[in-house]
Amino acid sequence: MKSDIILAGVGGQGILTIATILGSAALADDLYLKQAEVHGMSQRGGDVQSNLRLSSKPIHSDLIPKGAADMIVSMEPMEALRYLPYLSPEGWIVTSTLPFVNIDNYPDLEAIKAELQKHGNVVAFDMEAVAKEVASARSSNLVLLGAASPFVDIPQDKIEKAIEGLFGRKGPQVVEANIAAFRRGREMALQTK
Amino acid sequence: MRTKRLLLGDEALALGAIKAGLSGAYAYPGTPSTEIMEYVQGDEESRRRGIHCHWSSNEKTALEAALGMSYCGKRAITSMKHVGLNVAADPFVNSAMTGANGGLLVISADDPSMHSSQNEQDSRFYGDFAMMPMLEPSNQQEAYDMARKGFELSEHLHIPVLVRMVTRLSHSRAVVETENEADMENHLHYPANPRQWVLMPAVSRERNRQLIKDQEKFVYESEKSQFNRLEEGEDHSLGIVASGIAYNYLQEAFGGKVPFSVVKIGQYPLPVKMLKHLRDKSDAILILEEGQPFIERQMGGLLYDGKTIYGKLSGHVVRDGELTPDEVARTIKTLRPEAAGLKAHKEGNAPENVVGRPPALCQGCGHRDVYGAMNAALEKYPDAKVFGDIGCYTLGFLKPFNAIDSCVDMGASITMAKGAADAGQFPSLAIIGDSTFTHSGMTGLLDAINENSNIVVVISDNLTTGMTGGQDSQGTGKLEEICIGLGADPAHVRTIDSLPKLHDKIRDLFEEEIQYPGLSVIISRRECIQTARRHASAKK
Repeated sequence: MKSDIILAGVGGQGILTIATILGSAALADDLYLKQAEVHGMSQRGGDVQSNLRLSSKPIHSDLIPKGAADMIVSMEPMEALRYLPYLSPEGWIVTSTLPFVNIDNYPDLEAIKAELQKHGNVVAFDMEAVAKEVASARSSNLVLLGAASPFVDIPQDKIEKAIEGLFGRKGPQVVEANIAAFRRGREMALQTK
Repeated sequence: MRTKRLLLGDEALALGAIKAGLSGAYAYPGTPSTEIMEYVQGDEESRRRGIHCHWSSNEKTALEAALGMSYCGKRAITSMKHVGLNVAADPFVNSAMTGANGGLLVISADDPSMHSSQNEQDSRFYGDFAMMPMLEPSNQQEAYDMARKGFELSEHLHIPVLVRMVTRLSHSRAVVETENEADMENHLHYPANPRQWVLMPAVSRERNRQLIKDQEKFVYESEKSQFNRLEEGEDHSLGIVASGIAYNYLQEAFGGKVPFSVVKIGQYPLPVKMLKHLRDKSDAILILEEGQPFIERQMGGLLYDGKTIYGKLSGHVVRDGELTPDEVARTIKTLRPEAAGLKAHKEGNAPENVVGRPPALCQGCGHRDVYGAMNAALEKYPDAKVFGDIGCYTLGFLKPFNAIDSCVDMGASITMAKGAADAGQFPSLAIIGDSTFTHSGMTGLLDAINENSNIVVVISDNLTTGMTGGQDSQGTGKLEEICIGLGADPAHVRTIDSLPKLHDKIRDLFEEEIQYPGLSVIISRRECIQTARRHASAKK
C-alpha cells in the first residue's frame, strides 16, 4: 500500500486536522507515515499545504516528488490547482468548490472549475454546503476527509476510530456530527468515483 | 519496552531529551524550533518531574541559563531558530571555551527557503566557528536518538553539542519508537575543573589550546559515530556525501537502492578517514546538504586532490532555498544520466488559474487598528519613516497598510528609528510587538531615553508571542513600568486600546506624540484574536 497525498487549503481551514486523523489511523493500521506541515507566517491567511505519505514500506523523503502524488485533497478549488505539478497522471483531485476569497485578484471561479474538470479523476463539490446539511460548516474538513477516504487504503472503521479519538474529549455530540460529516462526504465521493 | 508514537521532528528531539534525564529546557519561541519547548511544557512526565520549561526573554538569556544548569552538573537543552543563535552567539561561542559539565545541547533550527525567517544562514558554520561537535538528524527517529547520544557526547567530551535541525524535519511527523522508562536525572555536582569557567585571558589561553587539542577527539568520535556511515555502492563514477535530510532525498531518488557509494553524515566534525575512503574509490564527489555549502567547502580543503567536487559552489545543486527530492534527482540525472535505478516522474501540468495568496493580519487583529490610525496620522508627513520589527505586525508591510520601511532583526525598530532621528529624520517612528520589545527592544529604548531622541516608539501589545502560535510574552502587564523604569517621561508613555472604535483617538495620540520633540512611547493594546478565541473556548 502506498498513498502520497497533498493536503491543501488556506490557513485556518483545518487541513492539519485531516492529516492528524489519517495519521493516527495509519499508526493504528501499522503503516509507515511521514507528514510535513507548514507552521509560522503562512498560517496567517496564506496558502498552506501538507505532504502526507502513507506506506506499508519505509518512506524515505518527507516531501513528495513532483508527478508522484496519488491525490490532491483540498479545502479550496484554486489551492487544489496550485499543486497540479505534484499530481501523477493517474492521481485524483478531491476538492471543495467553495472559493475562499481573501485576495483581490482571485481568478474566475468558472475557469478554475473548468481547469479542475480537465483532469479526469476529480471529485469536486461544495464541502461546506454538505457539511451544513448533516452537521455544521465547521465540519467541512471532515466532509473532505470522507470524500478522500475511498481513495486511501485504510479501513473505514480505523478512520472513524481516529475521529472518535480526536474529538472524544469534546463530547459525543461533536463526535457524532463529525462522523456524520465524514460518512456523507464518503458517500458523495463513492457516487462520483 | 518501547512505544510507537507519531511525532514531529521537534517533538521527537524533546521527548528524547526528557527520556535521557533532562532537567531543564530554555528557549525563546521561533519558527521552526518552537515545538521543542512546547513539547517539554505539555509532556506529562516532564510536569511530574518538574523539568524547567518556562520561556526565556531571548535566546541569549536562554542559553546562559542552560549553561548555568550544565555548570551544576544537570542535563539541559536550549532551543532556538537559526537567527536566534545570532542573539545567543556570545554565550554560544564562549560555552565551547568554558566547556560543559552536565550534558548541554544547543538546538538551532534552520529555515532554508525562509518559510518564516529573514535569512537562510546555516547553523553548522557556528558550530565549526566555536569548534564544537555537532549532530544533524536525518529523520525523526534519529532526532529522538540523538538527544541521548548528544548528552553522552557532551558529558564525555566536556563540551556543549550543537544540534542542527531544519524546517522539513522540525515540522514533519513520523512514527518514532520511544522508550517507556526514562533515565534518572543527574545529581547536582560541580565541574571537575572549576577554573576553566572563568574566561580571563590567562585561563582562556590555556582552555583554547585544550579545545584545539580536543578537535582530534571530536573527529575520532565522528569516525565511530552510529550517525556517520559509509554505504558501499557498485558504480564508482560518483561518490556521494549526503548529510541530514538530504540523505532521504537521495534514497527517494533511487527508491532506496543507490548504485553509488554514499557517506551519510549526521555528526560533525567531518569523519575525515571515511570521506578519504570515499574519495579514493570514486571518480568524482557529489555533496548533498540542506542549507549552505558547508561540507562542500570543507571537502575542498580537507580532501582536495584534484578530483571534481560537485555541489552548490560548483553550481550543480541549486544554491538557495531548501533541497527537494526533485532537485536531488535532477542533479544526479544531469551528472550521471545513466545511473541505474534513478526514478523518473513526469511532472503534472502547470496550473493556469492560480495566483499567489500572501499571508495577512487576521481580521480582528489589533495590529490592524494601530496601522490604520498610524497611517491616518502620517498622511500629512509624506517623509515619515516607520522602522518595523519581527512579528505578525511585519505583515503591515503588505497591502492594504504598506506601513513599514524596515524589518531587520529583533529589536532593530527602536535603534534604527533612533539612528535615523540622529541623522535628522523627522518623523521617525518605531513599531515593535510586546514580546520582541522585551526580547531585544529594552536596551535600545534605554539608548533613546538617555539621549531623549525625537522618536515615537509604538509597542503594539497583543499580550502574547503571536506569530509563533501564542506563547507567553515576558513583559505582559509590565510594559509601562519597564519604559518608565528605564527613564521614559511618564507624561509621554501613553496607553490606548487597539480598537476600531478608537481609530480617531489613536490617530490623535500619534499626532500629539509626533509633535512632541523628544522620546515618546505609545503602548497600544489588545489581546491577539487567536489567543482570545482559544481563551474563550477554554472557558466554555
